[in-house]
Amino acid sequence: MSNDRETVLSSLRRSLGRDGPVDEDTAAKLRARMVGHARNTVPARTALDDEGLVELFQTMAEKVHATVSHVPDMSDVPDAIGEYLRGENLPSEIVMAPDETLDAAPWADNALLEIRRGVPVESDQVSVTSAPAAVAETGTLAMFSGPAHPSTLNFIPETHVVVLPKGRVVKSYEDVWDAIRAQAADPESGRDGQLPRTVNFITGPSRSGDIEQTLLLGAHGPRRLHIVIVDGE
Amino acid sequence: MSEAPRVALFVTCLVDLFRPSVGFAAVKLMQDAGCTVEVPEAQTCCGQPAYNSGDRKDTIAIAKQVIAAFEGYDYVVAPSGSCAGMIMRHYPELLEKDPEWADRAQGLGSRTHELVSFLTDVLKIEHIDAAFDGTVTYHDSCSGLRELGIHDQPRKLLADVEGLHLRELPDANVCCGFGGTFCVKYPDISNRMVGNKADLIVETGAETLLAGDMGCLMNMAGKLQRDGANVRVRHVAEVLAGMTDTPAIGEAPDDGVTS
Amino acid sequence: MSVSTTRNFKANAAEQLANETLRAALTKSKGHFTDSRAIAAENLPEFEDLRDQSRDIKDHTIENLDFYLEAYEAKVKESGGHVHWARTGEDARNIVLEICKSVDAKAVNKGKSMISEECAINDMLEANGIRAVETDLGEYIIQLRGETPSHIIAPAVHLTKGQVEESFRENHTHLDPDRILEEPPTLLDEARTILRQKYFEAEVGMTGANLLVAETGSSIIVTNEGNGDLSQLIPKVHIVLASIEKIVPTLEDATTILRVLARSATGQEFSSYTTVSTGPKREGDPDGPEEYHVILLDNGRTDMIGTEFQEMLRCIRCGACMNHCPVYQSVGGHAYGWVYPGPMGSVLSPGLLGVDEAGHLPNASTFCGRCEEVCPVRIPLPKLMRNWREQEFEKHLSPGAARLGLGLWSFFARRPKLYQLVTGIQMRVLARAGRARGRLSSVPLAKGWTKYRELPAPEGRTFQSRWKSGERPQ
Repeated sequence: MSNDRETVLSSLRRSLGRDGPVDEDTAAKLRARMVGHARNTVPARTALDDEGLVELFQTMAEKVHATVSHVPDMSDVPDAIGEYLRGENLPSEIVMAPDETLDAAPWADNALLEIRRGVPVESDQVSVTSAPAAVAETGTLAMFSGPAHPSTLNFIPETHVVVLPKGRVVKSYEDVWDAIRAQAADPESGRDGQLPRTVNFITGPSRSGDIEQTLLLGAHGPRRLHIVIVDGE
Repeated sequence: MSEAPRVALFVTCLVDLFRPSVGFAAVKLMQDAGCTVEVPEAQTCCGQPAYNSGDRKDTIAIAKQVIAAFEGYDYVVAPSGSCAGMIMRHYPELLEKDPEWADRAQGLGSRTHELVSFLTDVLKIEHIDAAFDGTVTYHDSCSGLRELGIHDQPRKLLADVEGLHLRELPDANVCCGFGGTFCVKYPDISNRMVGNKADLIVETGAETLLAGDMGCLMNMAGKLQRDGANVRVRHVAEVLAGMTDTPAIGEAPDDGVTS
Repeated sequence: MSVSTTRNFKANAAEQLANETLRAALTKSKGHFTDSRAIAAENLPEFEDLRDQSRDIKDHTIENLDFYLEAYEAKVKESGGHVHWARTGEDARNIVLEICKSVDAKAVNKGKSMISEECAINDMLEANGIRAVETDLGEYIIQLRGETPSHIIAPAVHLTKGQVEESFRENHTHLDPDRILEEPPTLLDEARTILRQKYFEAEVGMTGANLLVAETGSSIIVTNEGNGDLSQLIPKVHIVLASIEKIVPTLEDATTILRVLARSATGQEFSSYTTVSTGPKREGDPDGPEEYHVILLDNGRTDMIGTEFQEMLRCIRCGACMNHCPVYQSVGGHAYGWVYPGPMGSVLSPGLLGVDEAGHLPNASTFCGRCEEVCPVRIPLPKLMRNWREQEFEKHLSPGAARLGLGLWSFFARRPKLYQLVTGIQMRVLARAGRARGRLSSVPLAKGWTKYRELPAPEGRTFQSRWKSGERPQ
């Protein structure tokens, strides 16, 4: 297989008018460009204060058929979710991400919710996760894979409920990249943090227009995406 | 400008061969606007047929011929967006590497204009005294629209024509299916495109169809007439110049045309 | 390479033009795509700047593609993934087969991938006793029908819901034949239920990649359904099949392009799922693939670089060009005879298949320019199509009669006096023939025109001859 590697690279270099790789000067410049990861234009609609960003996030999310509600505090979350499920006539069996944010809510206080924490199976109807970030620009949730965040929770059940502490709403995708780089950065070598295995940017429920361009929700991923914004956080 | 602008008319092959009255209408419009108009003899074609068929060599030969024939005027004006576009955009590209001709092509390109936009954008004409009774719809020819940005100009002048009522054509900016040799190389596809266009034209209920390019006009007229539709087709210059006594495109001389 | 019928474009097109069901389907979809894109572009004041930046990012990357490919490869390996290089479609097939055999795969779940079409992956899998399961709804539908995609992002755009219902009834024979299945929601539910089961059955998931990021060694897919995600998270192995020009330098560069991608394609701000995948699952991850393989495909692209067709490699596969193309909207995608239809297919296919094979495609255009107008990375598509026509002309590939006719025209056009003499006579002859009706219904040598149109008769003497004899406007 390394055979093809050399063939492809040498064909490429020939076409680019070179005998071999770029010279050291150019390589240094290209490396610097990569490491510098400069931002290109970020839409001006994101130039808002925190309140404005949350409003923008909600407006954009609702445009793509996510539903959004607010609670004052983490302690209100279990009841709010219970109410939502009842209102939609959905079962109260939930599979939930075993993450710290959700740990802080008093699930035991809501007797009706039956909760299993971990990876979803085919028969799970409702999942609950928290979101590490949300992008106001397009009403998008950013979800990261990790020990406490099975990514399949974002896709398998028909209904996905996301708990979003208000302070996690950021302006743009660029902010998400910067946060990841800073978060897992290695202070000694100065190296940026590595991306999680899977970063899912989720903008509304699953949809398809493949049958006569009729917009249908719930193609393979969730049919319903419900976002609970925790205002106190 | 204290002196009358000296304009050379680039007739275009289709106007020259099929509908000279468009040429005379163009001359009239420019003369009425205070230009002196000359018609260089050594002109035939802008070279698009060769160009779009991949015959670069012949295209360049024709381009040089056009450049040589049309140098020395204040402006060169063509009653066609595609021919004007050819001279303005493509001649400089074709000759950019030629040390002798690059500047000359640039020079000609910068002084060449499509007719209607010449009147509005260069001569700054706000209003033309013309009358034309009836409803009209307008098709935006592709080159004029996308290469030269011609859209508002004809509508602006038509708005002032006494008695004329303009109905916007849905999908006015969608190709009519002419495309030079395309319409005879791929007649079935061209027919679908011009058929769609003809249906939309008829649906507007307009009595007259106008546009700024003879190729499009002949294509649409030909289809409308084969379909038996009751729409007359003219070049927009004819209406603006008040020269609509002639039969419309594809119409017999005694088809009761009065305006 | 998958089989092409591009040589038969004219016959294919004629067949498709006669297809009334296709016409109905295309009429329904056309306005939707063009209107949505226009609205999305209007709602983003920075759209034109982002297009310029996307173009520049692509150009810069291609100019340094070898550097970025190697940087990308190093990062993929660092994250625990494997990189394979495939010179041709056949190489890609062999690599895919080897990976599948290594895990004794019985089925491969596929996210939508045009590269997999280009390399005829499904045929290879089936020939080796491995089930290829298309999970994208549109791809699933056409797989049932034994068809190929007719559009690069909306594979089933050529079908009506009636046809979809028919295919479901024919193939989902385990379900109650009396069930109601007319409306899109019931069709969707049925497909969802059937595919939901299959997500858990495959050992391998294969996706394409809209973008590859050199900075982090990541692959990015953009879907609305979530099928690409289910395909890569559940099976043991995730294979990414991507052509080499999908690379961009950084996450920021990827983000810029993502901002113009969905807007140009469907008019959405962002699609429902934009997923960035980096390597196999990490230690402690409760789900995700255990193995991550990226297959980098050349298949003629390195040969396009350094030529006048290099700009074509900017393409981000949004489909805007074909949504706005009046030729595509008349004949549909299948007429083009190969994987890539519409304007982008008309430029790319001759590059990958050769201009003698695919020469019809760049000829079947009026150069109306709508494609270039909407291309998010500003590929000068008409110019590139004309470049292919030049190649054909130089290789004498254009049909003899056309070449002769044009040669004659150019001969006369270069000799004004002769031209004026000959055309003066000809026009008067035609004018006389058409005087009574003002037009001609049949003209020798002009059958292409008169098959469907009247030919307006010339007015008589040419303008130049009238002008020369002193005639002036009143």
